[in-house]
Amino acid sequence: MNLDSKIPEGPIGEKWTKHKFNLKLVNPANKRKYDVIVVGSGLAGASAAATLAELGYNVKCFCFQDSPRRAHSIAAQGGINAAKNYQNDGDSVYRLFYDTIKGGDYRAREGNVHRLAEVSVNIIDQCVAQGVPFAREYGGLLDNRSFGGAQVSRTFYARGQTGQQLLLGAYSALSRQIELGKVKMYPRTEMLDLVMIDGHARGIVTRDLVSGEITTHSGHAVLLCTGGYGNVFYLSTNAQGSNATAIWRAHKKGALFGNPCFTQIHPTCIPVTGDHQSKLTLMSESLRNDGRVWVPKNKGDKRNPQDIPDEDRDYFLERKYPSFGNLVPRDVASRNAKEQCDAGKGVGASGLAVFLDFADAIKRLGEDQVRAKYGNLFDMYEQITGENPYKTPMRIYPAVHYTMGGLWVDYNLMTTIPGLYALGEANFSDHGANRLGASALMQGLADGYFVIPYTLGDYLAGLGTKPVDKNHPAFKEAENKVKENIKKLLSINGTKTVTEYHRELGKIMWEFCGMARNEQGLIKAKGMIKALREDFWKNVKVLGENESFNQSLEKAGRVADFLELGELMVDDALNRKESCGGHFREEYQTEENEAKRDDDNFAYVAAWEYKAEGQHTLHKEPLKFENVKLTQRSYK
Amino acid sequence: MSGSMKLTLKVWRQKDARSKGQFVNYEAKNISPDMSFLEMFDVVNEDLIKKGEEPIAFDHDCREGICGACSMYVNGRPHGPKSGITTCQLHMRSFKDGDTIVVEPWRAKPFPVLKDLVVDRSAFDRIIQAGGYVSVNTGGVPDANAIPIPKKDADAAFDAATCIGCGACVAACKNASAMLFVSAKVAQLAFLPQGQVERKERVEKMVDQMNEEGFGSCTNTGACSVECPKLISQDNIALLNREYIKAKLTSDNV
Repeated sequence: MNLDSKIPEGPIGEKWTKHKFNLKLVNPANKRKYDVIVVGSGLAGASAAATLAELGYNVKCFCFQDSPRRAHSIAAQGGINAAKNYQNDGDSVYRLFYDTIKGGDYRAREGNVHRLAEVSVNIIDQCVAQGVPFAREYGGLLDNRSFGGAQVSRTFYARGQTGQQLLLGAYSALSRQIELGKVKMYPRTEMLDLVMIDGHARGIVTRDLVSGEITTHSGHAVLLCTGGYGNVFYLSTNAQGSNATAIWRAHKKGALFGNPCFTQIHPTCIPVTGDHQSKLTLMSESLRNDGRVWVPKNKGDKRNPQDIPDEDRDYFLERKYPSFGNLVPRDVASRNAKEQCDAGKGVGASGLAVFLDFADAIKRLGEDQVRAKYGNLFDMYEQITGENPYKTPMRIYPAVHYTMGGLWVDYNLMTTIPGLYALGEANFSDHGANRLGASALMQGLADGYFVIPYTLGDYLAGLGTKPVDKNHPAFKEAENKVKENIKKLLSINGTKTVTEYHRELGKIMWEFCGMARNEQGLIKAKGMIKALREDFWKNVKVLGENESFNQSLEKAGRVADFLELGELMVDDALNRKESCGGHFREEYQTEENEAKRDDDNFAYVAAWEYKAEGQHTLHKEPLKFENVKLTQRSYK
Repeated sequence: MSGSMKLTLKVWRQKDARSKGQFVNYEAKNISPDMSFLEMFDVVNEDLIKKGEEPIAFDHDCREGICGACSMYVNGRPHGPKSGITTCQLHMRSFKDGDTIVVEPWRAKPFPVLKDLVVDRSAFDRIIQAGGYVSVNTGGVPDANAIPIPKKDADAAFDAATCIGCGACVAACKNASAMLFVSAKVAQLAFLPQGQVERKERVEKMVDQMNEEGFGSCTNTGACSVECPKLISQDNIALLNREYIKAKLTSDNV
């Protein structure tokens, strides 16, 4: 298979401009003859659905939540990057591009990332015009803060609820198009398969989560904006419903999966308290602007943190990385926290935590100013842990947060299936092996507001305006397969619950394919996942029937997919015999325990083709770096 | 690491929208004070599944207090006994060993029960669709810093914009009024220069839709604001009333 990324020729700063001109257009009168299916209503999905409807396309938008406003983008806390250089501190489109390529440990495409940096400035304009209440200075202009992996202040924010405010902006644009009749919204509806006609994506099969009705929908193109697959790990910062089913079932129909093992472990999450734990809560990276990370210098120092004097503390990030200090990228911060805990210096009851301390910030700024900046995060922390972070340092530990991998897409965001697109976290495209903080919101909105509206037209213009033949047997066939699959799940009636399988899978993934990986462990994990999957299909207990509101059944389908995807993640991690970004292979590290890349052999995107259950073929898309010089990342 | 708390739950069970519901008692055992209220429900549900009984359906998603999905009426209060939080942020340390806890769905006519503790809140979406936005298309907008906004106004807009659309305000209100929800959106956009162009039309349309959905009138009891997990101020309702009267006095839509 020839993986053509379709990156336009020419200097990096002109690629997108030139490409936009070269893309075919659909004339305004013809746009209404095209039906577009958008799956997911987060930042990518809502912005795409709204913008395409504004252009005149007929859009059908689907989400599993009861309202599009609840998509998990809503939970993003810290902010959104944009190369506005409002602070006059040396930022530029090129610097954002450079930081993102470097932050991703040189495993992202230059062309995509530069485009992302270019449109970042439009996103902020758009959101402000929608009435998104970003934080402002007393002079009335927009405020910025710093995030990890950058030495400029380019992060726009709305207290600790930036994702919420941006999503409500996109949701409002979507709502307007629903009112205008250009978007038909299907809440509480889950996509369960892709319908293909002559090798093109032409529709989807869905289940109505209230009535259980299985239906098919046709469209000239299908956009998957369904987020990431961090819930493979069971415990993550994702929402309970976040799942990989849409992208995984599209993958099984032929869409290649890019860099599945690239997972982001976020350094600042509230530590696990017990087996009952259902999710992990993030404490925004923005806290590292003012919080100082430390552990006791001496193993087993169980004194109260306030009683440990400065000379007995190790501010390990500041010590090891003097120029970036507490603001090193996420992968570096996470690995260092693990290292300290592995060395026996972890804090709290489990020993799996480090301190994030605001005492100095409170002394410097006063409690009120700290409250104004981070109040809601401090409240949330206290709610969950019962401890007051104004008085005692927070305890934090890394947790799965984001997946850089996803469906392989070309520069137009099209997967290897013509007519099937992937946007936002669902694709693999812009973050390489590690995403910088405040870049997920940027990418979701870039894809939806400013990329897909241009690139989709190019594909549709080549199709002609004939409606999709809804009577084509492919629809019935796909629908029947979905029904069979559900019937099978309900008929097993074994002894173990879906959650038990999910929790077990998560433990395997976290132990062997989490923050640090090695060959032996990965081989072991592969066997364990396979055995667990086989057992699932023999012994899972799913009660109830299809024709009703059945949350166990919903979950069973999702976990069944995670059990397959988990194995592919392990395969990918095994194949990548180097360390880069969030992918840390213990066999490949520098003397200072930093990730050691192998650019000669692994400067490529690993794109996996589905062959049969547990069997994949690897295709490689070489990464060309024409502007940025590949170096060992250094934040010292 | 499970805990040792034991509780009795009286939970509303209802098969679907058409069926009649009833309270059913359950024992919650091995509960840890560190569990969230929803994690306690997870434990109960796992037990039920093991016994071959259908688990209790409830809406939930982010479990960090921001998506607005969870919607339990706990011991007679939306989102339970603590103020300023959603059910998912309520932890079992707020209860005592041996407590009996009554759990019901939101009870309001415009929010019909779909199953057990799950209700249909799509009426809120339709109110936003009626006008809860600034009508700008993507592209062609001015630079973000072209219009300075006084920090005080931006902060006031933000405070109103923190609404998560959970519906606790409606559930708390004896009239099932949605005024707090509607006023939060109206206020957010009324405080911002971007919201001025459609200011009058917006409030008229949203209030009309609110009435059409069957939400009750506001009698200023203030329960909504007290129970709001984001503590959205009742002042917004006063603002909504002013906005509505002003709009009606000078309305183009007679």
